[in-house]
Amino acid sequence: MISREEIQKLALLARIPVTDEEAAGYARDMEEIVRYVAQVQKIPEVTNALEGTEQRREMRADGEPHEGGIYTDALLSAAPEKENGFVKVKKIL
Amino acid sequence: MIELTELTIKKAHDDLVRGRYSVLELAEAYLAEIEKKNKRLNSYLEVFADVREQAQEADKKIKAGKAGILTGIPFAIKDNILIKGRHVGAASKILEGYIAPYDATAVAKLKDAGVIFLGRVNCDEFAMGGSTENSAYGVTRNPHDESRVAGGSSGGSAVAVAADLALAALGSDTGGSVRLPASFCGVVGFKPTYGAVSRSGLIAYGSSLDCIGPIAKTADDAGIIFDCIAGKDSMDATFVELSVTNHSLSTSPKIGIPRSFLKEGIDKEVLDNFNETLGKMKKAGAEIIEVELPTLQYALAVYYIIAPAEASANLARYDGVRFGPRREGDSLMGDYIATRALFGTEVRRRILLGTFVLSSGYYDAYYEKACAARQAIYVDFARVFEKADIIAMPTSSAPAWKIGAKVSPLESYLADIFTVTANLAGIPAVSIPSGKTANGLPLGIQLLAPAGDDRRLLHYANTFSQS
Repeated sequence: MISREEIQKLALLARIPVTDEEAAGYARDMEEIVRYVAQVQKIPEVTNALEGTEQRREMRADGEPHEGGIYTDALLSAAPEKENGFVKVKKIL
Repeated sequence: MIELTELTIKKAHDDLVRGRYSVLELAEAYLAEIEKKNKRLNSYLEVFADVREQAQEADKKIKAGKAGILTGIPFAIKDNILIKGRHVGAASKILEGYIAPYDATAVAKLKDAGVIFLGRVNCDEFAMGGSTENSAYGVTRNPHDESRVAGGSSGGSAVAVAADLALAALGSDTGGSVRLPASFCGVVGFKPTYGAVSRSGLIAYGSSLDCIGPIAKTADDAGIIFDCIAGKDSMDATFVELSVTNHSLSTSPKIGIPRSFLKEGIDKEVLDNFNETLGKMKKAGAEIIEVELPTLQYALAVYYIIAPAEASANLARYDGVRFGPRREGDSLMGDYIATRALFGTEVRRRILLGTFVLSSGYYDAYYEKACAARQAIYVDFARVFEKADIIAMPTSSAPAWKIGAKVSPLESYLADIFTVTANLAGIPAVSIPSGKTANGLPLGIQLLAPAGDDRRLLHYANTFSQS
């Protein structure tokens, strides 16, 4: 059983605002969804799992970095608040 | 007067190079349709102001004899794929006002080919949904029955192609988001092999599942677009080498049918249509065999653990610091929470679900089990593809539903039951139109092939579309 308190705890972890009323709705939905997805626990595990079916990842070697700062303006232009080439946020400590 | 309904990329290209009409005239024809229909259908969120300038550039290219097959072809682009200098928002309030600082690789390739970008089209917020009802900018309506959904999440893309508001479109497919709306709207939707098309510039949802894919009138057209956008990209580390074009094409391919999975919960008209379509394929030379995919019944559960888990991590970046709007709180934490209130209900639900399955105490029971089950799905498919060239299933268990008809989230999730497996297994899958219900609603059949066999799959899809 997923409680409203548990939803509020998850919401805080995920930095999402949830009112008490919404928490009740989410708790109900999550209960139903989690009960459904719990069937994954019944699937027998495979032993030869990776045989010829692994997702391939191609890593490239480090090196040849682009010139520093060439993307700064383009990326910073999207920030809601900035100062002297930095994004600006409220006090952290 | 250009006859848009019968137009394909091949035919338009032929007409353009023969000078039957100009790109400008073609673009104007689509703009006129958009003007006439978009208010009701809500496919486009934005029609670009420079369409005519783009068209004139393409006309110059054609006059100079430099036209490729896609030069001057008018496209609609899903609102989660970046075009440099233009707004992009994943149909979410949390990206309102955001302007793309670079081109998605797929978009850059289309630009090089000389296509026309008509505008950006609606989708479920962050591509989370199967009906485009989760957009922050209103539902997209099905052109075959405006009281019904268009499917999703690439609903705007499918409607644009189906209602002649674009000749082709890009969508994205994490659990069926290209194929489902294509089947609901009577067009072709193709999800390539995972890694065949670069994900660079696609707004991330479930990174191990996300694929950019074309929506078009024919499998041939989808193939033309795929050939353009596919390929290795240094901006995406997950890349899959495709099989050599046309290798081992069979005139009598073996089509595997997972019959035991097609017994329950399928609309009768859908099942009848599916069986009828198989009959036509058989006549066209295919050999129909029964296959067993025992893990198929668990795929949806696996998907609704893995996709939200990845989403909860991917969407952590929307915090009002680096992009999008910021809502003020009384502290930095307060800013985060106030800003993230801009997420819609379904996005918040999936972030919570993802946070749940990844949290200590539940990780082993859910996320880890789902990853193990995903391996079992890979193995299951690999085994079946030793016997069958392709696998066929309906794309959806029912035709397009009435807007607002699905009341619980789980009920909506169940609509993805036939499509999520291709994403989990990383294999290519295409939905092609297979007829209509008695009420005139389009139906689709889905064909799946082994990873890397994209071109072979499209070849078969094209053959069977004509049968």
